[in-house]
Amino acid sequence: MTLQQIRLIIAAAIACLVAAPFVLNPFSITLLNYIGIYALAAIGLALLTGVGGIVSFGQAAFVGVAAYSTAWVTAVNGYSPWLGLVLAVVLTCSIAAILGFVTLRLGGHFLSLSTVAWGLAIAFLFGNIDGLGQHNGISGIPPISIGPLALVESRQIYFLIWAIVVAVLFVCYNLLDSRIGRAMRALRGGNTLVESLGISAFQIKLATFVIAAFLGSLSGWLYAHLGRFVSPGPFEAAMGIEYLMMAMVGGAGSILGGVVGAAIVTLLKNSVQDYLPLIAKGASGQLEIVAFSALFILFLQRARQGIVPFLAGFLPDLKQSRPQAATALPRREQPPPGTLLLKVSDAQRRFGGLVAVNNVSFDVKSGEILGLIGPNGAGKTTMFNLLTGALRANSGEIAFAGRSITRDQQFHIARAGISRTFQHVKLRPRMTLLDNVLLGTYSRTKTGLLAGALRLNQAEEASARYEALQQLERVGLGDKPFELAGNLPLGNQRVLEIARALAADPTLLVLDEPAAGLRRQEKLKLAELLRSLRADHLTILLVEHDMEFVMSLVDRIVVLDFGSKLCEGEPAAIRSDARVQEAYLGGVA
Amino acid sequence: MTADIAAILAIDGIATGAVYALVAIGTVLIFTVTRVIFIPFGDIAAFTALTLAALDAKQLPGTVGLVVVLACMASAMEVVSLARAGEFRAVPKAVLGYLVLPLIVVGIVWLTMRFNPPMPVRIVLALLLIMPISPLLDRIVFRPIADASVLLLLTVSVALHFALVGLGLLFFGPEGVRTEPLTSMAIEIAGVHVSGQTVLILAAALVFSGLLFLFFDFTLIGKALRATALNRTGARLMGIRPARAGTIAYLLGSLMAGVSGILIAPVNTIFYDSGFLLGLKAFVGAIVGGMASYPGAALGAFGVGIIESFASFQSSTLKDVIVFSLLIPVLLWRSLASQHSEEEVEE
Repeated sequence: MTLQQIRLIIAAAIACLVAAPFVLNPFSITLLNYIGIYALAAIGLALLTGVGGIVSFGQAAFVGVAAYSTAWVTAVNGYSPWLGLVLAVVLTCSIAAILGFVTLRLGGHFLSLSTVAWGLAIAFLFGNIDGLGQHNGISGIPPISIGPLALVESRQIYFLIWAIVVAVLFVCYNLLDSRIGRAMRALRGGNTLVESLGISAFQIKLATFVIAAFLGSLSGWLYAHLGRFVSPGPFEAAMGIEYLMMAMVGGAGSILGGVVGAAIVTLLKNSVQDYLPLIAKGASGQLEIVAFSALFILFLQRARQGIVPFLAGFLPDLKQSRPQAATALPRREQPPPGTLLLKVSDAQRRFGGLVAVNNVSFDVKSGEILGLIGPNGAGKTTMFNLLTGALRANSGEIAFAGRSITRDQQFHIARAGISRTFQHVKLRPRMTLLDNVLLGTYSRTKTGLLAGALRLNQAEEASARYEALQQLERVGLGDKPFELAGNLPLGNQRVLEIARALAADPTLLVLDEPAAGLRRQEKLKLAELLRSLRADHLTILLVEHDMEFVMSLVDRIVVLDFGSKLCEGEPAAIRSDARVQEAYLGGVA
Repeated sequence: MTADIAAILAIDGIATGAVYALVAIGTVLIFTVTRVIFIPFGDIAAFTALTLAALDAKQLPGTVGLVVVLACMASAMEVVSLARAGEFRAVPKAVLGYLVLPLIVVGIVWLTMRFNPPMPVRIVLALLLIMPISPLLDRIVFRPIADASVLLLLTVSVALHFALVGLGLLFFGPEGVRTEPLTSMAIEIAGVHVSGQTVLILAAALVFSGLLFLFFDFTLIGKALRATALNRTGARLMGIRPARAGTIAYLLGSLMAGVSGILIAPVNTIFYDSGFLLGLKAFVGAIVGGMASYPGAALGAFGVGIIESFASFQSSTLKDVIVFSLLIPVLLWRSLASQHSEEEVEE
């Protein structure tokens, strides 16, 4: 499928939306209005849950804060709905920012549990504050007016609602295709991956969280002025899970899925209300929620992928054009060969009583390949984690380019110029090769959230794309930049990780067992690639198990055993060292 | 606030906390063995109260219908999955476990009801009737996705809660119930009036958590459960079936929730949807214990009870807001205290 065809489809869809109110009966239009309003909240959740991997049960509370804000401004105090919109957005986003700031450091299910807690707490507040009408709610909310035109009828507000939905869709798609959006899409790969790219996982999570709340606030504002009445009911916990259902049924991770999910759930609910009384008279209300929950559970058991990604699988692939040559991204100044780049002095790390790394010291000079080897349990991985900031040293000092990084966070270390790869490959399998490598350029680019969402960043984006393509070509993966990373064999996945690390323009490349699990041919190709990188004056630190691979490649070797440094020297000297042979073979052979 | 009022509030809080503690311990039990954060646990407690109330009123409790429906679904699913795997020889045993046993329980309740049984028997009947529900739900809802991420299991669990609330309304109706007090005794401790019900609640909480402790430390099944909680794969290699360990955990947990439901029913009016708040508050307690420690969970639950009691004195309308807002600092403290390895979100 070409870009031209996609534009045609979008134009046709918008034409249908514009024509709908002239063709449909008033009831259908009202239904469409609610679908649009729910879709806004569901798109927010699709971003948060689907893209960012943060399952939130509290979206309904954000919608509620906005609805009550505008109700209070307009119905209680008599100001304009537009002022209501301002308060709704500001208040909702502020609450989200505070809640996010406090809770987003929590791991996995603890974070989701906290959303249940504050979702309930906020919902309880609505029913218990005197100024907000308690359980009776607030009625008499005025309609939104644009100039002299008051949007009283559902046919009128329809255009406002769907204009906002379409605008939000465009902005979200732009956002996800931009620098910050790619970082959001990387969140599901885990904090270690995200931070290793120089991205602050916390900041990106907070941004995603506030965006989701912002979309919820738009939904709440429209909801209050469409129904002209608010009460605590629609913002309680049950609605929170309904929004989650919309986002996941539509296909969490897909923005359009939010709209599709909202449409399906709303229409289904509507028809369930029609048909359930035929099955069980007088019990329809309770059966409705049972039927819905059961369907949702069945969906989660059987088809977690969701509808939009499922259907998109049948569409022909989008034909994308290769990135064109563009201005190069600024490069870091590399230190002259032979200078001291990384200095580890007396680094120690304990896990309870176990000393995993015991007062280890070594240097890395620029332009060399240093191998860090040792038998199983020697402390190689712990040492690696200390260097990259995944773990903190209990004592000792690690200095990079003359500056101490001992206490730095992972993403600060990455930004300082240390790029890493992972022993167990951490790629985003559903992103293309190009997008995976583009993640590496994060720390070299500047485009912010807004600029990305409004596509004001095209020059920098073109440079970044060109840079990513060049790195792909450099490692020999330049022929299919739009292939999905998950489709590559393991050997090429490791090479892709190296390309991603190179895209950050590092001073020091640290590789964690790059040859693990590779076949002989793949190892040879990898060694060749690393040699060519050294020829380009890149410094490489290699943690490796495979002796043959290390010996043929590196300039110097540091041997660890039981957490301590055994010896250090050139490959030939290490090979003949009796202590090394004893450590590896259990005695002089 | 005078010292007297503070004492009364504290005692009240401890009693409520004891009820939460039972549910919290059950929650931790199920989470450690199955990794499911079983939100519907409070519903089980509420359903027990409603069951007991129906038995008191000499009506057939709605639980009977619920158990029959769930037993049919669970056994049908089990038989189909066995048939697909070609294991026809295991079918009779599956039918026995998932259909016949629950139906026997229903039969016993139905028969005994005709003889106007005394209170203790009615309590036992209510507990018997409630215990099959969670294991059956486990078979229907969680077993097909036993290896999914904790997060997905949590989402399913929340959805299941809402399904149960709907079923609760269907089977029990909208009326709230308050059962007869278990005892009318009262004692005075240091000038403060303490009702027999409070003493009973505390005693029951102590006895049942003590029994659980003995079960874990001195029986083979208990040790198998602990092994499963520590390491599912390892336990499986030792011949322990995680599915069976899960069933036992659900049975035991239901017993704890059921007891708490019976203890709270004479004190608070229980509706079909009262379970959510009960469960969530117990849950706050369980999180204090990091979802892993039984004494921690119990301590946390007592804390929640006491805070709730004092909060409701200050502002009865906002007590729930206060309790749930407290969860956030607790979670923060937990996440700082425990260095957990990150679980990658599935694609």
